[in-house]
Amino acid sequence: MAIVVFLEQREGEIKKTSFEAVAEARRLADAGLGGDVIAVIACAPGQEGGAAQAGAYGADQAWAATSPAFASYQPEGYAAALVAAQQKAQAGLILLTAGALGKDLAPRVAAKLSAGLASDCAQLDLKDGRLVATRPVYAGKAIQQVGFRSQVAMATLRPKVFPLTEHRAGNSAPVSVLEFSPVEPKLTVTKISAATGGPADLTEADVIVSGGRGLKGPEHFGIIEDLAKALGGTVGASRAVVDAGWRPHGDQVGQTGKTVSPKLYVAVGISGAIQHLAGMSSSRCIVAINKDADAPIFKIADYGIVGDAFEIVPALTEAVRKLH
Amino acid sequence: MKIAVCLKPVPATDTRVKIDAAGKRLDPAGVSMVINPYDEFALEEALKLKEAAGSGEVVLVTVGPPSFAATIRNGLAMGADSAVLLGAEGELDSLQVARALAAELKDKGYDLILCGKQAVDDDASQVAPMIAELLGLPCATVVAQLTIEGAVAPGATAHAHREIEGGIEEVSFTLPAVVAAQKGLNEPRYPSLKGIMAAKKKTVEERPAQAGEPALEVIGLTLPPARSSGRIVGEGVGAVEELVRVLREEAKVI
Repeated sequence: MAIVVFLEQREGEIKKTSFEAVAEARRLADAGLGGDVIAVIACAPGQEGGAAQAGAYGADQAWAATSPAFASYQPEGYAAALVAAQQKAQAGLILLTAGALGKDLAPRVAAKLSAGLASDCAQLDLKDGRLVATRPVYAGKAIQQVGFRSQVAMATLRPKVFPLTEHRAGNSAPVSVLEFSPVEPKLTVTKISAATGGPADLTEADVIVSGGRGLKGPEHFGIIEDLAKALGGTVGASRAVVDAGWRPHGDQVGQTGKTVSPKLYVAVGISGAIQHLAGMSSSRCIVAINKDADAPIFKIADYGIVGDAFEIVPALTEAVRKLH
Repeated sequence: MKIAVCLKPVPATDTRVKIDAAGKRLDPAGVSMVINPYDEFALEEALKLKEAAGSGEVVLVTVGPPSFAATIRNGLAMGADSAVLLGAEGELDSLQVARALAAELKDKGYDLILCGKQAVDDDASQVAPMIAELLGLPCATVVAQLTIEGAVAPGATAHAHREIEGGIEEVSFTLPAVVAAQKGLNEPRYPSLKGIMAAKKKTVEERPAQAGEPALEVIGLTLPPARSSGRIVGEGVGAVEELVRVLREEAKVI
């Protein structure tokens, strides 16, 4: 049974998280699922060269669906290309990354193929030869295991959870053309305003420094930004401060915001409502700074400092800067 | 102008999850159900469009057991005109829900179908693009801003801002279409007392869901491993030095 993995690209550059999915496909194939691992890229003509890199992570082949319309995301066209790849390969499993694009594209393909789709998976296993997906639900308050009843199974993989293993270091995958029936686009991307060179998105960040109501006002987030910068991290926020309009909603961590699992999560002036804890408690290391020693955040934090954030955070920033 | 809003009742976000005896689902005892927060943004957008047009119809559509009708009344109290409850017992997977909704929404003259970008119970983010695919409509997901040129009617051009990693993707499409709402699209209103009274007289039509066969099967639901409580390294600014040391030497994260 072949496995098709969708490679997400921007300007021809393939996202690392897509290679995480390739490496996971290779692991599953070797663990007993069998068949070839086929990496599929949809891009503008001439941008497909990068797909060869999938070989190092374990892809046997790379197939490129090219069209001038594919310079930016084109939902109907990308979906047609993935369906064509599944049919050509007779694939029983399709993997994508659970980013903005994958979450938009995968359900369309699943509806076309009547495939069961497990979203935002944290783990895939073979149990008695059958695929089982493990995925957080209720923003991480519980973990669900799902099996598949459909002929074709699909899963989107949570970014930065699956190891980026070079199963075949130094290999490159042969890239060939994937034929597909062009479709009339129903939606066109007119502009992308991306924060280039800025901090990583919360869902992809290694370090997150989040501020809550303890900061007393939006004008005090400078100390959070400074610490995030010193740590090479991204700024997050609690729901309370987002709802108060202190920070944009894209910064919100927790249920109705983003679920994150960075290496280091620093919570400043956040008491730790259950909705917030759900979204960040899978972080590897949690640091809490809060003046209330009884705040729930200290119950899940690895390390805590009780005290005034306005004194502690700048001192911490200074100490971190000195390390470099 | 006719707008459908797909609503899903979900456990309130402050719910402490307990697992049922079978080990597959949330134990529903004592759990209060609310409209999925993202669906409230969808409903608010529909109500704003209707108010701007001065006329029109906003219909709520949901899939589930008869008990969902109570939560749906809250949507009627916010200002929707009527509701349809597509009856189904047991939990359906996203594709089944999308099939049931698509079968209901097809050929009924809807100019716009609004959904939340995900339900905060199963966090699947699948139903909106699936409905669009099944009905052959354009679909914009994770929409934080929506503009429609002229009247909400077939052939009208719509522009949406979609949130993507580290930026905004601007997209254009033609109605009828499916739009999945992200937080930030608007500020959902609270039902007024008048709205609550009026909701009691509004109709909730019930008919069976045409959901088809499941594609997924829930095998188990467990609680995440509990984090062992850490330690307070100290109080005040004097503890910073020790914090930096443990982050470097014990946790090895900086």
